[in-house]
Amino acid sequence: MAVRRILAAALLLMMPFASTTAQEPVLVPDVSNRSIEIKYSFTGEDLLLFGAIVYPGGQRPDERADIVVVIKGPTQPIRLREKQRVAGIWVNAESVRFASMPGFYAIAASRPIGEIVDERTAAIYELGLENLSLSPAGFDGEEQLRRFEAGLIDLKRRQGLLVEDVESVEITRGVLYRARLAIPARVPVGRYTAETYLISGGRVVAVASRDIDIRKTGFDRFVATAAADYGFVYGIVAVLVSLGFGWAAGWAFNRRR
Amino acid sequence: MELYLPVANMSVNILFIVALGGAVGVLSGMFGVGGGFLTTPLLIFYGIPPTVAAASAATQVTGSSVSGMITHLKRGAVDLRMGAVLVGGGIIGSGIGAILFEWLQSIGQIDTVIALLYLVLLGWIGATMLRESLVAIGAARSGTAVPARKRRHHPLILALPGRWRFYRSGLYMSPLAPLLLGMVTGILTMLLGVGGGFIMVPAMLYILGMGAQVVVGTSLFQILFTTIATTMIHSVTTRAVDIVLAMLLLVGGVIGAQFGARLAMRIDPARLRLVLAVIVLLVALRMFLGLVWRPDEIYTIQWL
Repeated sequence: MAVRRILAAALLLMMPFASTTAQEPVLVPDVSNRSIEIKYSFTGEDLLLFGAIVYPGGQRPDERADIVVVIKGPTQPIRLREKQRVAGIWVNAESVRFASMPGFYAIAASRPIGEIVDERTAAIYELGLENLSLSPAGFDGEEQLRRFEAGLIDLKRRQGLLVEDVESVEITRGVLYRARLAIPARVPVGRYTAETYLISGGRVVAVASRDIDIRKTGFDRFVATAAADYGFVYGIVAVLVSLGFGWAAGWAFNRRR
Repeated sequence: MELYLPVANMSVNILFIVALGGAVGVLSGMFGVGGGFLTTPLLIFYGIPPTVAAASAATQVTGSSVSGMITHLKRGAVDLRMGAVLVGGGIIGSGIGAILFEWLQSIGQIDTVIALLYLVLLGWIGATMLRESLVAIGAARSGTAVPARKRRHHPLILALPGRWRFYRSGLYMSPLAPLLLGMVTGILTMLLGVGGGFIMVPAMLYILGMGAQVVVGTSLFQILFTTIATTMIHSVTTRAVDIVLAMLLLVGGVIGAQFGARLAMRIDPARLRLVLAVIVLLVALRMFLGLVWRPDEIYTIQWL
């Protein structure tokens, strides 16, 4: 897959020379918020992805074009554990490691993915939840892997961290598109990418990408950083605050009596 | 009203968490227990990650036990020598707990072990209290006095080497016994986020045979310092202490505890214990069902 990507990139680089006559359209994408700040009142964010399709010479082709937008969060290695009934109680039994689980992945399209591209293209561009490359390791046979992948996708989906929202991209007059995707409060922080694909005749004709930063700010950033990097000091502060609060409350109530 | 928790990485309803702290606070004020054994499971049922729940509940217990401990200290109802031995054991226990925690997490069994421990502890304590309170209520009805339990420590303790005098507790025995007791509660504090008062008090009365007048104060002393140690260890190892969550619980907890303490004066203590026994058994039952019923989530994610 990587090789294919490099090839695609090389082709894109050669485009200026080749495309003077090929007349490929260009995407001009944007997002409503390029740096999402998580602070005390954060309960998630509705992100608007929008942009224009610029056809060379302003000529819109007759063939229908579709837009697919993908927001992808930073990937992380995880271990997925499966509960089984052992001696009457449910305990974690088998597990599979996934080396690149995106912390968040949302896809929206103007039509169901299956109608826009064939399976091979969808797999190459990782379009759709079942096409995510999760880099599994340590699994025991195809059947187990499929079961675990389905379980993982189902779990993340219900947490709102994997989203497939087809037919939610609106295309206006064939040149302007917009899609709304909800970022839930549970998202991990980090650098996200919002990719837009213009697909026509089953072929990806243009790709454009925008970065989105999601980070904690203010007090929440301070607390999270302190907890992660200065555990000892954080612990002392937590103890002192707790002691001070408990003591002050007790004193206040005793005085009132 | 939603508030984002910076360490738990999720937003929660402030009123719900404060109310939860308050409800547990009422119980802890009524019964003189810290209430960690209710806070942690309730937070887990709410959706807080179990590690964050246990770590933050321990921090909250520090705050909710400090003013009670000071009150008992002023009355001279704390055996400092006994307390120091218990705390020493508690700190060792927290360290052992941290190692156990990490090991259980790496093999993916921490949640099951937490649930099983709760089930066994709460089931045992609930059943003991239920029986005791029913006997007391029955005796009050028929007008016969309950035979007073003879205060003496468990025969096994006599077999332990070395003897120290614990004047306030009225004991002359091996310091290894309270050290071991402290260790056990330290492990439980680390794993479960409980202060351990609900196992400490009966153990002091019936296993060590301490004088009733210093039991509550000394147990608060031990809880205070063991939860401080646990908060520190969690901060350095699991990094799961959410200070915002702990504060929300404390706000509810300290207010609830005041009401609980006033309520307790109006109700017959035997009936009070009966109510607590039923609550404890209900939590145990919920834990039991969580283990034997097919869980909502078959799959769980561990970040590597």
